[in-house]
Amino acid sequence: MPYLLPLLVFFPLASAIFLFVTAGRLSARTVGWVATGAIGLSALCSITLACFFLFSAVPAPIHIILWEWMHTQAFSADIAFTLDPVSLVMILVVTIVGFLIHLYAIRYMEEEPGIARFFGSMTLFVASMLVLVLASDLFCLFIGWEGVGICSYLLIGFWYENPVNTAAARKAFYMTRIGDTAMLCGLLLLATTTGSLHIETLLATLHAGQIGPDVLTAATLFLLIGALAKSAQIPFQTWLPDAMAGPTPTSALIHAATMVTAGIYLIARLHELFTAAPLVMMLTSIIGALTLMMAACTALVQTDLKRILAWSTISQLGYMFLALGTGVWQAALFHLMTHAFFKALLFLTAGALIARLHHEQDIFRMGGLYRTMPGLTVAFLAGASALAGLPLVTSGFYSKEMILSSIWSAHFPLLPGSFPLAHILWGIALTGAFLTSLYIFRCIFIVFFNTHKTESTGSTPRLMAIPLACLSFLSLFGGVIEMPDTLAPIHLFTHFLSAPLPHAEEPVWLLLAGASAPIAGVVIAWVLWGRATPVMQEIPGQATIIRVAKEGWGVDALYAFLFVQPFRFLVWLTRHDVLDYLITGIGRMVRAISSFLEHTRTRFLTLSSGRTTLLLQSGDTLLARVQNGRVRWYAAWIVAGLCAALASGVVP
Amino acid sequence: MNTLALFSGAVTLLGAIMVITRQVAVHAVLYLVVTLLGLATVFALLGAPFAAALEVIIYAGAIMVLFVFVIMMLNLGQSDREREKEWLRPRIWLGPALLSILLCAELIYSVSSSPQQEGPLAPLSARDVGLSLFGPYVLMVELVSFLLLAGLITAFHIGRHRTEGR
Amino acid sequence: MVALSLNASLLLACMLFCIGLAGVLIRRNLLFMLMSLDIMLNAAALLFVAAGAHWHDSGGQVMFLMILALAAAETAVGLAIILALHARGRPSLDADTGNLLRG
Repeated sequence: MPYLLPLLVFFPLASAIFLFVTAGRLSARTVGWVATGAIGLSALCSITLACFFLFSAVPAPIHIILWEWMHTQAFSADIAFTLDPVSLVMILVVTIVGFLIHLYAIRYMEEEPGIARFFGSMTLFVASMLVLVLASDLFCLFIGWEGVGICSYLLIGFWYENPVNTAAARKAFYMTRIGDTAMLCGLLLLATTTGSLHIETLLATLHAGQIGPDVLTAATLFLLIGALAKSAQIPFQTWLPDAMAGPTPTSALIHAATMVTAGIYLIARLHELFTAAPLVMMLTSIIGALTLMMAACTALVQTDLKRILAWSTISQLGYMFLALGTGVWQAALFHLMTHAFFKALLFLTAGALIARLHHEQDIFRMGGLYRTMPGLTVAFLAGASALAGLPLVTSGFYSKEMILSSIWSAHFPLLPGSFPLAHILWGIALTGAFLTSLYIFRCIFIVFFNTHKTESTGSTPRLMAIPLACLSFLSLFGGVIEMPDTLAPIHLFTHFLSAPLPHAEEPVWLLLAGASAPIAGVVIAWVLWGRATPVMQEIPGQATIIRVAKEGWGVDALYAFLFVQPFRFLVWLTRHDVLDYLITGIGRMVRAISSFLEHTRTRFLTLSSGRTTLLLQSGDTLLARVQNGRVRWYAAWIVAGLCAALASGVVP
Repeated sequence: MNTLALFSGAVTLLGAIMVITRQVAVHAVLYLVVTLLGLATVFALLGAPFAAALEVIIYAGAIMVLFVFVIMMLNLGQSDREREKEWLRPRIWLGPALLSILLCAELIYSVSSSPQQEGPLAPLSARDVGLSLFGPYVLMVELVSFLLLAGLITAFHIGRHRTEGR
Repeated sequence: MVALSLNASLLLACMLFCIGLAGVLIRRNLLFMLMSLDIMLNAAALLFVAAGAHWHDSGGQVMFLMILALAAAETAVGLAIILALHARGRPSLDADTGNLLRG
């Protein structure tokens, strides 16, 4: 079995290299099928591994060391893979969702001239993501971490002729780079403390109590910053909406389903480390709650379909961070999985929709689409209800419910027992759930059920419809493997992770609240936008708060003011060589003063008698000799001074 | 004070004098190499084999190659030689030479009373140098790296104006 | 084995330094001035190495290394300046013409 692990990474990597080398020589169809085939083989490998894991009596983690990277006395690092239940869940998500998206992209990207570049980058991305997920050494994980960053950059800037796209790509790269630097700091801190970045060794050291609390807090804080940047949480959230400049399959795969969840995965992987740092845990949950609220509010006022989905991704990632911060990493991982299904579905459906509407992305220019494209309507509806978490029939309900119920009983050791932070966070999360269903059904009512506005052409090709159908199925029924106790005691997911949640007695009204919030959202959305004569045809976009919210609360402008402008100022300073101006300026000033002095002196001389004139003139010539601007003369004067000084020192 | 020491010191001084009196730049560079090789011998005699090796490799090797390259790029000819000859007349060099000799005399007079106790000391090997270089002097290594970086950037900056044709 | 006394090496360093200094003062060509500067730097390096050998301290050679780096940087920048001057229409490299305080 272990040999399947390197194969899993090998197929996408080989196909990426093949596609980059043969770029421009193969037909578009061949390129697409090569890439899809490679990911499909990977998916087969991961399914085989999953079966092996599920049906073996004692599922032990699989370890394999590919290459001993460096071994010194104080530090060692390997290229090594580990397969345990956590990484198995991730590779299943990455390869299966990746495979469906690749399948979809064959037709979607068919007419692009740079299709080999596209599929090469996509498969390279899958390979890097698998390295990230499988790595048993944090250094190896960092390789994958950087790899997915580069692929994200390449794919956001795929249509590089338009400077807006390259700017978005650069922005994503810089923002995640800040986090990467912080993460590297955290890794190095851990490496110097423990002498190894193997996750198992690290955790063993932690349990042996050899990591001081201060070091632990600092290291986890750095890792958290890295995760926040990768997952586009406050304060790094600005890059993700701009990243929608890339092709839609990219948005689906990288910026919704997999790469942005790398931060969640990192923290879930190291959850024991984070649990030992309660301050960082609390910070994680607060940031998650703030992000989910802020992103949901922003999504509510967007008019661009892809941007709505982007902000909703940020909001859902906020849920995951909230779950991580309250210590229920299983719930975060579960929501990660279901989110990958329904968000990929939403993006792909939106992509198909936009393609049929001649690249119209403004939802207020769409309307009544359920008549012309019923299939897409059903798919989008499935994804949207999963995102909103409509009770019982969608996967999103179960995962979100798991998060919500565990937040209620969360415990923060740093706070006094009376402070109800857990309940406040639960309230925020519930409001977020309501807003989620409000904004996504606003989108549905406006796009699909209003009066007909745009002309649509063609039909969705079958090759694109198949992935949509698969993803719809997964979005609707992927969540039944884990249910709240109140409904049915099904705990396949947590059992598989061999980390069952503590069975707290949860009141029934908790579940009811979690179930009624999305329904309330749908009803209000129908009242506001869904009826034949909607209450709100269009958001009154002139209100200042809405304009600000639409632009992401002005964070971009703030960052431009705080970081970009000072940096540009520094660059300007360097470009104009201020020091040079200073020196030249002093020189000019001296010249002006000397000419002024000369002027006054001539006037003075004309007043005085001949002898004084002679004396002054000889003094003048002497001074002029000294100050003649010739470097050799200066040197000579230095030597003369040295001679004099030495002589006075030597001769008593 | 053995013969080799006397010889290498004499070579160093003679080479240096030749450097400052040549009219052709290439000759001066070659004499400078001779001077540096003599100085490397002196270092070796002083019990500093590592310094001697570096003197040969980096100074006589690398830095002098820079000079040779620049002289090649300057494309000097007969006219430059004439001009150097013009600039090297006795009434020009007499004054500075006297000044230097005066300074030299004073320096020699002032250092002649230095301590004399001499022990049979072992040479300082590269290992000793390395240990102190990356032990107590590690900050200096960093500073030197900054200096070299600054030199690199400055050379690049100055060279850049040339290509812009300013 | 240390075969040179401190006094002798000090003498040598002083003379070398003064020869270099004379070179700087006499020559008008920047190229020769740069070479003379290198001679002076070498005299200082000799002083460090000799002192390090006398007191058996490796700090002397560390300082020699620093001088080496300094000389490398100085030569690189100086030669770049020479090339820039040569390209900007002052092929004589006359040190005395650069006496106006202008870039």
